[in-house]
Amino acid sequence: MLKLDKLVKTYKTGDQALKAVDIEIPKGQVLALIGPSGAGKSTLIRCINRLVEPTSGQVYLNDVELTCLSTSALRRERRRMGMIFQEYALIERLTVMENVLSGRLGYVGFWRSFLRKFPQSDVDEAYRLLDRVGLAEMADKRADELSGGQRQRVGICRALIQNPALLLVDEPTASLDPKTSRQIMRLICELCQERNLAAIINIHDVALAQMFVQRVVGLRFGAVQFDGPPENLTPEVLTMIYGEEDWEATIEKIEDEDEADLL
Amino acid sequence: MPTNDKNGIKIWQRRTNRESIFHWLLWLIGIMIFTYCWQQISKSTTWFFVWDAPRIATDLWTRATPPKWEYISQLGKPIWDTLNIATLGTLFALIIAVPVAFLAARNTTPSRFIIRPIALLIIVSTRSINSLIWALLLIAIIGPGVFAGIIAIAIRSIGFCAKLLYEAIEEIDATQVEAISATGASRWQVMVYGIVPQIMPAFAGISVFRWDINIRESTVLGLVGAGGIGLQLSASLNVLAWPQVSLILLVILLAVVISEWVSAKVRGAII
Repeated sequence: MLKLDKLVKTYKTGDQALKAVDIEIPKGQVLALIGPSGAGKSTLIRCINRLVEPTSGQVYLNDVELTCLSTSALRRERRRMGMIFQEYALIERLTVMENVLSGRLGYVGFWRSFLRKFPQSDVDEAYRLLDRVGLAEMADKRADELSGGQRQRVGICRALIQNPALLLVDEPTASLDPKTSRQIMRLICELCQERNLAAIINIHDVALAQMFVQRVVGLRFGAVQFDGPPENLTPEVLTMIYGEEDWEATIEKIEDEDEADLL
Repeated sequence: MPTNDKNGIKIWQRRTNRESIFHWLLWLIGIMIFTYCWQQISKSTTWFFVWDAPRIATDLWTRATPPKWEYISQLGKPIWDTLNIATLGTLFALIIAVPVAFLAARNTTPSRFIIRPIALLIIVSTRSINSLIWALLLIAIIGPGVFAGIIAIAIRSIGFCAKLLYEAIEEIDATQVEAISATGASRWQVMVYGIVPQIMPAFAGISVFRWDINIRESTVLGLVGAGGIGLQLSASLNVLAWPQVSLILLVILLAVVISEWVSAKVRGAII
């Protein structure tokens, strides 16, 4: 479904953020991307929808090669990649509804979007999505009136109304409290399952990632250090990705939490 | 090294010895320059006129009071002109300032090396010349009257509004723009959804602030013949009709107070 082929990003400063990354993701797979700060996680997902231009290498989305597309062709392909951000990146002064509908901008002409005359089918879908994430009552509130968890739900709706094939999720829980973090992760993973979406989730919280995803990729200094199921994340592997630290506690905590969940 | 080791106790000072001597010298030089200037100004002042000032002022006060209230009937039209000069001038200025600001802001300009310098040049050149001087020039070109005043105010305001607005554009949150771009939105859609809502409060604030300033500026434009209440003011001053002058000043004061009140209300409502 998504295939990264020797993806390289070198910034103008000479920093090599990505060193020939190869990753292939089948349809419907949720992948967590872990790694220390500065490992190139954000750069990686931004190179996929070209918010950051990759230096070399290819990105294939369902056999369409993205890195060589023209501006208008790129816009068409971007519609199929929903993006969710760490600080929500909602338009603070617009309403929840306007924020959700902004996910349709790639499908709607300029004047229609300027006058906020979105097709009725889009509006219906927006209400359905808001209802699905539990924000049906909030449609007319301004985005800056919402709490962090609510804002992230709006962000999720904005990504899903694009009707994407792939979700690019950048640190969805980094600004949220532990309980809300779990709810948001659970929601993202459930929605991916419902709609058979592939997703790449950048995440710092290893324990949270292990709880929800089927596959983990560990990035260090822009290179893939680990690629496998979450059970294989042993202390040795975490040391390889993050460096020397006592990892037993992190892994034990997950097992405890899993038991707590069962209770 | 502000920390000195004295008998094993670490003594911390804000500055090293050398730095404090330097600061002391700087102050000394500053005070010497001030004293010298004070003496020069004092020498070239005709102190007789200054000592005389309170007497002249009271004399003027008695001549100017009470204001000639019945003169108000002739001030309605000029003050209306003045308000129109300010309002229309601000409006025209904004129409030009908005695109100039987008061309000047680093994150929205289509070309950093050609268009941005041109936009900055427009901003600097319109801002650096006072509206009174613009009015003098324009009266020579398009003749005296309200229209010259409107254009003078408009030109002077372009640079001011565009500068403040482009600074606001440069300070927007880039991730909101990223988020809109990531949906597949076009360049113009990104502007309307990602940028415009973020700069709306700044835009409203700048517009009413400039309108407020322009009401004050347009009251003096009449002095050079560009219409408005300044025309009455200069006419009254020329014939030494002090009671009329005091009434005009009162009317200007009232207009400015009202405009302050309106702009404060508008700013409060939008932000």
